[in-house]
Amino acid sequence: MTALLVGLGLWIVGGVAGLFGGRRQPAVSAALAVVGSALGLGAAAHVLQTGAPESFRAAWPMPYGEIHMAVDPLSAVFLAPIFLLGALASVYSIGYLHGRDDRQVGRAVFLFHLLAVSMCVVVCVKNAILFLLAWEMMAISSFLLVLLDSRQSEVRHAGWMYLVATHIGTAFILVLFAWMGTVAGSFDFDDWRSLPSSSESRAGAWFVLALIGFGAKAGFWPVHVWLPEAHPAAPSHVSAVMSGVMIKTGIYGLVRVVTFLGPPPAWWGMALLSAGLVSGVLGVLFALAQHDVKRLLAYHSVENIGIIALGLGGALLGQAYGMEEAAVFGLAGALLHVVNHALFKGLLFMGAGSVLHATGTRDVEKLGGLLKQMPATGTTFLIGSASISGLPPLNGFVSEFLIYVCFFKLALGGPAVCGAAGAAAIAGLALIGGLAAACFTKVFGVMFLGERRTPLAASEAPLSMTAPMAVLAAACILIGLFPAVSASVLIFPVLASETDHLLSMTSVLTWVQLSAAVLVGLGIAVIFFRAWIFRGRPVSRAVTWDCGYSAPTSRMQYTASSFVQPFIDLFQPLIQPRERRHDPHGYFPKAASYESHADDLATRGIFGPLFGWIQTFAEKWLWIQQGRVQTYLLYVFLTLAALLSFQMFQ
Amino acid sequence: MTGETAQFAKDILRQWVFVLAAAPILPGLAARTKSWFSGRKGPPVLQLYWDILKLFRKGTVYSRSTTSVLRAGPVISFSAAMAASLMIPFGGMEAPLTFQGDLILFAYLWGLSRFFTMTAALDTGSAFEGMGASREAIFSCLAEPALLLGFLALAREAGSLSMSDLLSVGLIRIWSIHAPALCLVAAAMAVVFLTENSRIPIDDPNTHLELTMIHEVMVLDHGGPDLALIEYASAVKFFVLGALLVRIVYPIRSGGFWDGGEVLLLGLAALAVLVGVVESTMARFRLSRIPQLLTLSFVLSGFGVILSLAAPR
Repeated sequence: MTALLVGLGLWIVGGVAGLFGGRRQPAVSAALAVVGSALGLGAAAHVLQTGAPESFRAAWPMPYGEIHMAVDPLSAVFLAPIFLLGALASVYSIGYLHGRDDRQVGRAVFLFHLLAVSMCVVVCVKNAILFLLAWEMMAISSFLLVLLDSRQSEVRHAGWMYLVATHIGTAFILVLFAWMGTVAGSFDFDDWRSLPSSSESRAGAWFVLALIGFGAKAGFWPVHVWLPEAHPAAPSHVSAVMSGVMIKTGIYGLVRVVTFLGPPPAWWGMALLSAGLVSGVLGVLFALAQHDVKRLLAYHSVENIGIIALGLGGALLGQAYGMEEAAVFGLAGALLHVVNHALFKGLLFMGAGSVLHATGTRDVEKLGGLLKQMPATGTTFLIGSASISGLPPLNGFVSEFLIYVCFFKLALGGPAVCGAAGAAAIAGLALIGGLAAACFTKVFGVMFLGERRTPLAASEAPLSMTAPMAVLAAACILIGLFPAVSASVLIFPVLASETDHLLSMTSVLTWVQLSAAVLVGLGIAVIFFRAWIFRGRPVSRAVTWDCGYSAPTSRMQYTASSFVQPFIDLFQPLIQPRERRHDPHGYFPKAASYESHADDLATRGIFGPLFGWIQTFAEKWLWIQQGRVQTYLLYVFLTLAALLSFQMFQ
Repeated sequence: MTGETAQFAKDILRQWVFVLAAAPILPGLAARTKSWFSGRKGPPVLQLYWDILKLFRKGTVYSRSTTSVLRAGPVISFSAAMAASLMIPFGGMEAPLTFQGDLILFAYLWGLSRFFTMTAALDTGSAFEGMGASREAIFSCLAEPALLLGFLALAREAGSLSMSDLLSVGLIRIWSIHAPALCLVAAAMAVVFLTENSRIPIDDPNTHLELTMIHEVMVLDHGGPDLALIEYASAVKFFVLGALLVRIVYPIRSGGFWDGGEVLLLGLAALAVLVGVVESTMARFRLSRIPQLLTLSFVLSGFGVILSLAAPR
């Protein structure tokens, strides 16, 4: 625990150092962040290894409790990616923020360190009040980071939307914690373990509050609307951390609260499963329709949060129907996907950031052929793309595999309801996987392959940016190649009580490991065979054949829009693209244009009308606001009088 | 332990040798059937062996637009297809890679091969290859749920998550009691088989117009040994997915690796002839109609699952 606190202290020192400015400053802060993270990772690893929670208590001169922090295996699973990605993003920001003015850099460094520390505190803290404070600090620091480029109006819009969305979520959490605290008579999480589960409907209400409150942070559909706005607006290392680990604090909160609520009824599992399916499918569909690479990645976060929710839903269903083995697989898959998503999504956002840094655009239609100019960024981006598409032998496959097994087991062993849920989840996962692979073929192919579409100059990012990406890519490969080892190190401590099921999971994952080894071994053999066969053979260079065109130009390439056009057509009822076309007409047509936008379904269909309605309602009460001090004093007096008389008559 | 490892390696090698030796005959059979239907003499049945051999002895020409992604495509799709072949049991034995959940890996290995085929196609910067990649992407992402739901129906009947158990002797008993569910699954799998192998009515391997192709157009810029690997991988894919279909329709009852092997080969030959017959007697669908066909196969799988859920056990 001391190591963790010292680590957090170093992070804070690094952040405060940022405020003093100086040209070398970001490097100093990043160095402190790396050392702090190493200490923190050591602490998390220690807890994962021993399985015994470590705690820290200190008196706190405030009502409702004390400073109580503890790292148990569940916290450690979330801490590890926060520290890893946090340190790497801090290093990455040295290169990424280079060239901005010193004050802005200092502010970014300070806020970023504050964000990292508050995330760590959120997953360690064991007191509801302290949790909410850290939660709010996390929201505010990330809000200010989103607003770093606040001169642009769309950034301000995104920041505003994020602020509103996150506070609506916090409001639900506030109600939840106040209610639970009143029932338990304490705000310490340890006392909530033995919460009286007398009333099933009350537990259900708590679950719904947690689902909405934490779901807004995690990005479940339809409360995901802030993600595709805030992630593109934020600087890329911030997007990497926000998407990679910050939204996972929502998952952490949900899991933590569910452990307080006693045995789950089946409908909780069904609710999470539906949330997961809807988030997954709609997330990836809207991702397909995007051309802004960071917006696209943000929608993929919605998709991956959906996959995590599917795993959690499977775990709850397994518990509800007494199928412990399925439950263990589901929870393990969901938690491993939390770690995996942090790795590959962090990597992809950093890759997108490098491209943005080098070319100045996030529009994939303007890019092309970048792999030749930016080989390190391109290669790591490819690894990230394959991982997020869930392809073996990379890490995304491992966690999706566990979730699949969970649902297969549910469908095999459970009653028909369970089977139907399992079938829906399996079909959904398969569809999500196929669509994700299509989307990442598109984004990687259009950005990095082929020829340049516009004359944008690009050069490889500096080492401070490529090295973190290389580390993340290596982690993706390692978890993919050694699933049994990584699961037993990362996930098994959380599930330590389920020894039998862990044995069966180990045996399955060992087989996956073996299959990955066979696949990779064969691949290497084929590479050597190919190299051997090419010895002394004529290998020449020409233009792309392109069916006989003698001088193909880069404008003839397939674009991202054309690549996804069949998908948009097929899923039109869900995506509902808004089209504007000016057909050419007359004998000598001049102007013709076509535009298509895929606006978010939830923004357009739910929140737009809702907030419009709230506004109309509020406008009706506008007459209350007179703008005269006397009137407001009258209001104060009337309120006081009303409260006093209420008190008297009670 | 070393004895076990040696045995494992031997099993894998035996399976690979068998697949590599037998696979290229199947597309040849299909082509021969088609030529018989159209009254031509047609290429010899063993033509693909000679084609592959010839391609392996050639040099190659790369487009200046391409990178190592284009070179990686054939290597990965070949390796993935060979790895998937290790999960199909031959005869009555278990396949070398048999574990609870191997069917998920089986489905995702095709995803791996497809991902890198598509990126290799986009690497050339050619509009035609981009078009092929786009079509491959949408059709495969519709076929994948059908495949996995089909597996779920079979898994529910067999009570196991492993291909070797799904396709074991137990299938004979399941045919006798749950034939309707199995019929639906087999029909869905047949559509998946035709889609994954780019056959009529989804794709036409022999069309002469790049604009209408799906799979063939993605590999236009590959040549020499790279193309040989691609052709070999397609033949292996035909063999492996075909073997899955054949074993569902005609469960094999006997023991060892070779017992029943001839039945499997005969079944595969019949399947290849059947593919030839289908290709000779029907035209490919309009591209916009293909999603409907794939949705149909998804629905068939889904009904298979429903029937297996509804059945008393």
